[in-house]
Amino acid sequence: MFHKIACATGVAAATSLLSAPAFAQSLDEKVNQVFASSTGWFVSLIFSPFPGTSFPWIVAWLVVAATIFTLYFGFIQFRAFRHSISLVKGDYSDPNDAGEVSHFQALATALSGTVGLGNIAGVAVAVGIGGPGATFWMILAGLMGMASKFTECTLGVKYRNEYEDGTVSGGPMYYLTKGFAERGAPGGRILAIMFSVFCILGALGGGNMFQANQAHAQITNVVGDYPGWITGVIFAGVVFAVIVGGLKSIAKVTEKVVPIMGVLYVVTALIIILMNYDKIGWAFGQIFDGAFTGLGVAGGMVGALIQGFKRAAFSNEAGVGSAAIAHSAVRTKEPITEGFVSLLEPFIDTVVICTMTALVIIITGQLISDAETGMYMLNEAGSAIATVDGNSGVALTSAAFSSAFGWFKYILAIAVILFAFSTMISWSYYGLKAWTYLFGEGKTTELVFKIIFCIFVIIGAAASLGPVIDFSDAAIFAMAVVNIIGLYVLMPIVKRELNSYMSRLQSGEIKKFH
Amino acid sequence: MSGKFVVGYDGSAASRRALDFAIDRAAAQGGSIVIAHVLEWSPYSFLTPNELEERHARRNEELARAKSSLMDPVVEEYSGKGAEIESTIKYGKIVDVLCDVATESNATQMFVGRDGESSLSSRVFGSVASSLAQCSPVPCTIVP
Repeated sequence: MFHKIACATGVAAATSLLSAPAFAQSLDEKVNQVFASSTGWFVSLIFSPFPGTSFPWIVAWLVVAATIFTLYFGFIQFRAFRHSISLVKGDYSDPNDAGEVSHFQALATALSGTVGLGNIAGVAVAVGIGGPGATFWMILAGLMGMASKFTECTLGVKYRNEYEDGTVSGGPMYYLTKGFAERGAPGGRILAIMFSVFCILGALGGGNMFQANQAHAQITNVVGDYPGWITGVIFAGVVFAVIVGGLKSIAKVTEKVVPIMGVLYVVTALIIILMNYDKIGWAFGQIFDGAFTGLGVAGGMVGALIQGFKRAAFSNEAGVGSAAIAHSAVRTKEPITEGFVSLLEPFIDTVVICTMTALVIIITGQLISDAETGMYMLNEAGSAIATVDGNSGVALTSAAFSSAFGWFKYILAIAVILFAFSTMISWSYYGLKAWTYLFGEGKTTELVFKIIFCIFVIIGAAASLGPVIDFSDAAIFAMAVVNIIGLYVLMPIVKRELNSYMSRLQSGEIKKFH
Repeated sequence: MSGKFVVGYDGSAASRRALDFAIDRAAAQGGSIVIAHVLEWSPYSFLTPNELEERHARRNEELARAKSSLMDPVVEEYSGKGAEIESTIKYGKIVDVLCDVATESNATQMFVGRDGESSLSSRVFGSVASSLAQCSPVPCTIVP
């Protein structure tokens, strides 16, 4: 009852806010149309399937890379898991370096850039289209992605730029240039430029428009429908205040609240899963059956696999290169230690948080299946599984959580806004680093990028989900194309670092301080 | 018996009283003083990407500022008072760092001040002085 009243007031407020709602809606549609037509070619290029199949080459590109790194480094994600945790705890940190960026801080900042809507909305998209089976492929991609992350973050620290004033800049642009030169390989500079271009697009797409879009979807889900550009303008204003106005207080609050929200999200998911403990076995059965048969989803098993891999990559960004930018500020004499720490990121992001979301959606019975055949039923368009209220994306996750706790949609709305916001702040930084790599550092060039970034917040909130999500994926995956070429060329350097570190760790030369 | 005394110093009136008290005893015994200043810091706090990038530079600035505006003047002021004086600036949790400094410098005693106010937060969470009384590795004098 309370909810109905809240909705009604919300709609009334939203409607009275607008003197000409018809004009606003048509503005939304226009933005949408222009956006879809101008980015379509890029999206089709990145997601074009192998001839004669429906398997996009880019998904294979990421998975093959993650598999190669996993094998090349001898399953480093499992061998070094315990050591990674002791590094994060600070067991190996020199007390004289206190006051510098710790492993924990680098990891936490990188995580606040990746834990976000990918974990809430992205997973719902994966499970909604690819069925429960997508979860299996998502977890597998998450586990393998740990090796990609390990490789790129080690290189990020090793080849970062340290300036005289004590600040640092790192990321794929730097290891592509310096690492390639060191190995005598050609094309490093060109790849670095390409990476920077894609990174700017990725920052505007997945790191910005997708976030604004889904935040708007979640807000309308709570207060009722109103035009997206209003959310966009408000968000853009706050982002502007932080990145241009240097309003640190907002960023500081977000940085503190986001981890709390993350923990609250996982704990609530666990409670819902435990409340339905009798269905846990069934849910995992659905996940395994779906992974290999598809259980009637569009595209069958391959459909489930593509969705799982895609959303895992979009969520944990392993192989994309963005994390290498965030991780490169850590204070360590051994670049490889940051590689170890970073491999926890896909684990926390995908294997833990994404799996929680997927389990809650499955267990609360949001996906409609045929009672007789056990196969999932498709929606009218045949593009996704039919859901209880016809929800998709973040609304599906919201419905799943709300079915257990009615109030959770309000918490989720706040969480989504904060996650979206912290991801935007992180990506504005990644994008800015790529921008300054291309155009040089300076107040004016930086300001230009920051303003463009804010404009895209508005576009993202106003466009409909389809074109935005496609473009977001395409831009982020394009970064992975360039970055992974670089990782292949530079992986022997990481291997050398790894072998040297491991032998010194075993001989006791590297010792614990605590 | 001469010994080394660690004094926790943050520029406050209470910490000056502790230093005055310690220096008299050190001078009488022919001992020396280590003035320790701790910049509160947790490796588990959360920073934005921008703060990460600038952290090393900020740390250097903070150390330089603490040295020039806090430690150098106090060392100069107290050097003529009959006891040898060294100073150290560290990052971390105040109580833990003071205990570490005492252990590392083979100190025989520690001196800290207290402001005498018993606020609600210090009742709940304890104050630096009361925590040191609990966990200092050497005899600890709390100067009111």
